[in-house]
Amino acid sequence: MSSATDAIKRFSKGPDADGFYGDFGGRFVAETLMPLILELEEAWEWSRTDEAFRQELEGYQRDYIGRATPLYYAERLTEHLGGAKIYFKREDLNHTGAHKINNCIGQILLARKMGKKRIIAETGAGMHGVATATVAARFGMECVIYMGATDIERQQPNVFRMKLLGAEVIPVESGTGTLKDAMNEALRDWVTNVDSTFYLIGTVAGPHPYPAMVRDFQSVIGRETREQILEKEGRLPDTLMACIGGGSNAMGLFHPMLDDESVHMIGVEAAGHGIETGEHAASLNGGEPGVLHGNRTFLLQSDDGQITDAHSVSAGLDYPGIGPEHAWLHTQKRVEYVSITDHEAIEAFKLCCELEGIIPALESAHSLAHLRKIAPDLPGDHLIVLNMSGRGDKDMASVANWLEAHGDTDKLPDTTVEAAEPGRIDDMQPPHDVAKKTGETE
Amino acid sequence: MATRITRRLDALKAEDRAALVTFTMAGDPNYQASLDTLKGLPGAGADIIELGMPFTDPMADGPAIQKAALRALKGQHTQQKTLEMVREFRREDQDTPIVLMGYYNPIYRYGVERFLKDASEAGIDGLIVVDLPPEHDSELCLPAARAGIDFIRLATPTTDDKRLPRVLENTSGFIYYVSVAGVTGAAAPTPEGVEQSITRIRAHTDLPIAVGFGIRSAEQAAAIGRFADAVVVGSALISCIEQADSVDAGTRDVHALVRELSQGVRRARSA
Ligand SMILES: Cc1ncc(COP(=O)(O)O)c(C=O)c1O
Repeated sequence: MSSATDAIKRFSKGPDADGFYGDFGGRFVAETLMPLILELEEAWEWSRTDEAFRQELEGYQRDYIGRATPLYYAERLTEHLGGAKIYFKREDLNHTGAHKINNCIGQILLARKMGKKRIIAETGAGMHGVATATVAARFGMECVIYMGATDIERQQPNVFRMKLLGAEVIPVESGTGTLKDAMNEALRDWVTNVDSTFYLIGTVAGPHPYPAMVRDFQSVIGRETREQILEKEGRLPDTLMACIGGGSNAMGLFHPMLDDESVHMIGVEAAGHGIETGEHAASLNGGEPGVLHGNRTFLLQSDDGQITDAHSVSAGLDYPGIGPEHAWLHTQKRVEYVSITDHEAIEAFKLCCELEGIIPALESAHSLAHLRKIAPDLPGDHLIVLNMSGRGDKDMASVANWLEAHGDTDKLPDTTVEAAEPGRIDDMQPPHDVAKKTGETE
Repeated sequence: MATRITRRLDALKAEDRAALVTFTMAGDPNYQASLDTLKGLPGAGADIIELGMPFTDPMADGPAIQKAALRALKGQHTQQKTLEMVREFRREDQDTPIVLMGYYNPIYRYGVERFLKDASEAGIDGLIVVDLPPEHDSELCLPAARAGIDFIRLATPTTDDKRLPRVLENTSGFIYYVSVAGVTGAAAPTPEGVEQSITRIRAHTDLPIAVGFGIRSAEQAAAIGRFADAVVVGSALISCIEQADSVDAGTRDVHALVRELSQGVRRARSA
């Protein structure tokens, strides 16, 4: 058992019994939460082998989420870049508009099985909040979403959607008012309401079993991709690409092919204004190992171990940590992790709209930007699958503000600067200038 | 060799009264003021001192302690400065036990072995690290024991009889019973409920048991001090600093409240 192949074969095996992937992961939580986490682990272990659970999950994936999502050949982008052959895994076509619901549907079935009646979640871009509010409505459960005050301002449409779905959205003012603060507040809620409440974490972070459990529920992305590419091309892809906030859409795509040695994988972090400026969200490329939110991973932090603020134009990538399994895959060099600036992401966003008729989420635009860099130099038979993790409808205000701030105004509609006409549904959303304050600065 | 913590708790047991344990945040509202507060605590009646190590993301703390940590960090407080404060304190007081309380990341980043060495030399007697359950004893708990520093663990209302032995296993100094499921500064527990829980824990250990979370007044301290070996007060003291008109007034108000609380624990078992 010493060949390189055997070493590669182990990549999909983690975590160990204590929730570790090498040095990363674990269960660094307050004692109050430990019994809950052990109880959840038991339920998750059960779900992995229970046939009835699997069938029920698949039923909701098909009829409620709309799976399988297509593997789409991006022909015009392929021609434009003039190199590798590009496919998009269309997670943007899921119900609620992103991959997030794959995980939510799985966890809510577990919550129901555990007899929980109240669901809490953190959200950044609001996509996880919307997906959580959606499944909570579907299963008749009370739902409370913690969202940073900064993110509430820049993701107003999603706040409105969550409210329509019956969720209570609680603004979090502490810290920077972004995803990490929302997660702190959700954890505080959980230690206070231990009996009634299920904490539905939205990415492959948090204490064990969350990183592994969320990965399992997201792995449907990679399993489908594998089957679909074999059907279309008769072989596995050469390269997989996905953006990384906490890392769930990436892990979902990567995990089923981690042991396929020939498949190269690239995770794309947010470089914000540039890693050298210190204003970024690239935990692997610009962070150090540490312990936060229940696991050991790479974190943006000071020399004294204080967590520093992340920055990204995309709210869903604005997190100072990353899932522990990614931290491990990074140190093992199984996956390549790169970073993309706000500016590069916006340029790729525009290109995708114009060439493919697909408005991508700003998160997904980060992987598109890296694709733009590498595809032209690759041969025409090099197959790339990019995870189109979500659609960009939620990002209209952020993009408009960014374009305006950068003098790129020819496409800006009047509505970005004026309130909508009376009587339109937009009236139910706050005026755009609220969102504008935080959309982008530079 | 008995540690300072054990010696102090044994002595108070002989006096038949509960210890008053105070919690304040190092560096809040600034270095000098928090040092002045610290130095006056034993005189005001604190038997054991818990000193918070500020952290940006204190996920088990309520608003009062969150804000205290942020005030300290805004004043450029560091782990080094916390240790320096204790060194200064120890020049005048070699008897009052000091326990550092906080989260793991700043210690991890400092380097566990280096931290334990520096903490030990500074005169620190114990550690409470909220996000290190017994599952992670090898990280800090066992190295601390080797360095002669007590590792004090929290037991909570969710810690059942099955789990309790695991929580107690490598705990030394005392065990800290968190009387409510929740964050610091949350609602007060009922003394009857807490007494039942203490009885349950006593069946598993001879360690002294401290009770904290939600205790704000001398009356509450007296009610809990009737059966607990130690009573911990934190958020109420921190609030004195937050609400004071000046830095000096904050220190004065903390000491005044500590004097009241210490009257509470002293009369707890005499009525
Ligand atoms: C569309 C989309 N993609 C990606 C992400 C990043 O999360 P993760 O890295 O867990 O996939 C988010 C998070 O909100 C998102 O909304």
